[in-house]
Amino acid sequence: MSLEEFDRVRQLIRNEKNDSKSERQGVIIMTTENTINKPDGDVAAAEHTRSGRFYRPNVDILEQADELLVLADLPGAKRDQIDIKFEKGTLTLHAAVPGRQSQDQRYLQREYGVGDYYRTFQVSEAIDANRITAEYADGVLTLHLPKAPSIKPRKINVGT
Amino acid sequence: MTVYVNPFRQLRREMDRLLTGFFPTTFDEFLPGFVRGQPAVNIWDQGEELMVEMEVPGVKSNQIDISVTGDELTVKVERPDLTQEDVIYHRRERPTGIFTRVLQLPCAVDAQRVQADLHEGVLNLSLPKAETAKPRKINVATA
Repeated sequence: MSLEEFDRVRQLIRNEKNDSKSERQGVIIMTTENTINKPDGDVAAAEHTRSGRFYRPNVDILEQADELLVLADLPGAKRDQIDIKFEKGTLTLHAAVPGRQSQDQRYLQREYGVGDYYRTFQVSEAIDANRITAEYADGVLTLHLPKAPSIKPRKINVGT
Repeated sequence: MTVYVNPFRQLRREMDRLLTGFFPTTFDEFLPGFVRGQPAVNIWDQGEELMVEMEVPGVKSNQIDISVTGDELTVKVERPDLTQEDVIYHRRERPTGIFTRVLQLPCAVDAQRVQADLHEGVLNLSLPKAETAKPRKINVATA
């Protein structure tokens, strides 16, 4: 581990600490961290039911007037290997990523590992599941989760 | 002939060497790329060339700047901040900004023949070793 990496790990640890305090407001969509996250933070965690190692992709979740957007970094994933499932209010994101170098490849410097991506999100019923769409470009997955008509703000006129 | 020595570079190397002994290197492979606020790199030796791989999701080829001088590789990556007004962020983990990695390669490379490609957010660099850096067999002359 080089000095630069050490800096970055330290930064990560700091980010984790901040993260626990912020971004926990009442939201429509919550990530279910316990399924994939190791207690020590943003590192990969093995899922016990399947073989291989899983990486938790970084996501941005943003809310616009009529939809929620989920942006997930999935570098190295092929379009047809991305599997998105929505079942009983849980959105599951899985992308199979085979290793790009042989298993016994020796590295001069190794800062990251390559493997499948996996993350789940709890989505409230206020999302119109039938109209969820996704697009993928440059290693970034964009998921559109349209809000159900019932929760969109509606102007009500007072009758005379 | 005067040999110029950069003391800072020496110090940095010394620190790297110290830290390398401090932390187990196997720890790294548990980390995905681009999580620690900077794009991570993997470097390996493929005989004739050095290979460098970097995960840079969401970055277009015109947002990457690569330069090579002797045994130093500099990769500058810009991931623009696309923050929109009137948007509530529920989660924000994807780093944005300009990231520069200066990598000290184990040998000099031929800057003219460096190749780079970008697929699915993975940047691949192939850096052919410089002729001077290749091993050369020296025959001992007999009298």
